[in-house]
Amino acid sequence: MSMDSQKATYTSPALEFKSSTFSVPVLVLSNNDLLVIEQKLQKKVELAPEFFKNSPVVIDMQELNKQKLDVDISELATVIRKSGLLPIGIRGGNEQQNKAALALLIPIYSTHHSVSNNNQKQKAVTHPPEPKTEAVTTTLITQPVRSGQRIYAQGDLIILAQVSAGAEIMAEGNIHVYNTLRGRALAGVRGDTQTRIFCFDLQAELISIAGNYKISEDLNDSVRNKPVQIYLQEQTLIIKDIE
Amino acid sequence: MARIIVVTSGKGGVGKTTTSAAIAMGLAKKGHKTAVIDFDVGLRNLDLIMGCERRVVYDFVNVINGEASLNQALIRDKNCNLLYILPASQTRDKDALSQEGVGKILEELSKDFKYIVCDSPAGIEKGAHLAMYFADDAFVVTNPEVSSVRDSDRMLGILASKSRRAEQNEEPIKEYLLLSRYSPDRVKLGEMLSVDDVQEILSLHLLGVIPESKSVLNASNSGTPVILDEKSDAGQAYADIVARYLGEDKPHRFIDEKKGLFGKFFGSK
Repeated sequence: MSMDSQKATYTSPALEFKSSTFSVPVLVLSNNDLLVIEQKLQKKVELAPEFFKNSPVVIDMQELNKQKLDVDISELATVIRKSGLLPIGIRGGNEQQNKAALALLIPIYSTHHSVSNNNQKQKAVTHPPEPKTEAVTTTLITQPVRSGQRIYAQGDLIILAQVSAGAEIMAEGNIHVYNTLRGRALAGVRGDTQTRIFCFDLQAELISIAGNYKISEDLNDSVRNKPVQIYLQEQTLIIKDIE
Repeated sequence: MARIIVVTSGKGGVGKTTTSAAIAMGLAKKGHKTAVIDFDVGLRNLDLIMGCERRVVYDFVNVINGEASLNQALIRDKNCNLLYILPASQTRDKDALSQEGVGKILEELSKDFKYIVCDSPAGIEKGAHLAMYFADDAFVVTNPEVSSVRDSDRMLGILASKSRRAEQNEEPIKEYLLLSRYSPDRVKLGEMLSVDDVQEILSLHLLGVIPESKSVLNASNSGTPVILDEKSDAGQAYADIVARYLGEDKPHRFIDEKKGLFGKFFGSK
């Protein structure tokens, strides 16, 4: 170890845990014949070799286990690796499969919401979901949003009056404030990273898009007190003047 | 039908009771039969400001509980026979008030009176809530200072969402801003928010500015609403406010600093 790197360890923490969300392809198996799997994989990979090259993949065993078909995890992993993919997890496996996966240093993921429960299914049959009569629409507010008030919109939120300090406005979609924004504004609260916040005069206490937020203290003077739009670019909030 | 006015603020000590007494007196002096109700159950003050503390027999809570009739509890003002005071109970707390009871009393008063002024307690809890619930107009009393402004903003939010008018989807409560304890000299020194600052934050119709004045304390001590002190700046400010509320066009005063003697003589600034 060089002197430099040793010094560095004194001045800054060596590591840090952060939470992040990734989009990873899931390989859902419905056949336990390794030969068939290998051929199918090969075909898929050939369609987009660059995309699949060294791509991480999670193995989904739910379908196989439902059909009571077993497969050797170790051999399956070899087949997947041969096609250029890197298995980084398994889900929906039984006890034995999970054990085998762990032995290969492949972590186990829970299937939480994707697990289908028999009881739920029966319920769903007897009470079919009511068709949505109302499409998600825009919420329009014409009165000032005062300190202590909260507004939640399932779609976009348009506010024509001011939003006071201590008020909170939230939308699953975009937020437009055609006046002064002094309170908290949270767009894309259900995780839509494509949503934006627009306001005539930025003096907000907090702005957030899909959970990525900035507090007032972090806002540069160059973006304050003027019309701006706020959007997300690679998990960074960008605040830009509206010309 | 009476017009119900709530004098409110959120924050304490900003001049709600002083304002309630002055406004009620002003309206009565203009020839409108007016009642002023103290909603601050447990911290009764209005009777002192109105100078009727020695004549309290029954109070607001007695009437709600049916222990006294409204006529027994109402105290006629000694300066103006069109003005009546309904004092709060000092021995009870806000839980003694009920929405039903308050509604009944206001309804009964509405038959006979032109204006009903509700002096709200500080805070946003039950007493303040009931004081504003049935209101038609709200006088939001604010001091030119950040915490008072924020509390007023909070109160405005409650007026807009939790009042009877809001709940029944009627025309919303009309909100007016009264900026009290204003001192132009200190605004100039940057020690106080200016009228413009407050209006920018609250974006509310300004009904009037009441200057910081010794006459307010003197009036409270002597038990006569400050509006009766016609020579005082605060008394004149309240008279202007009542006139503006009744639709007269009066230019705003007391916003600029007082000119010294020297300035007065030479007209310089």
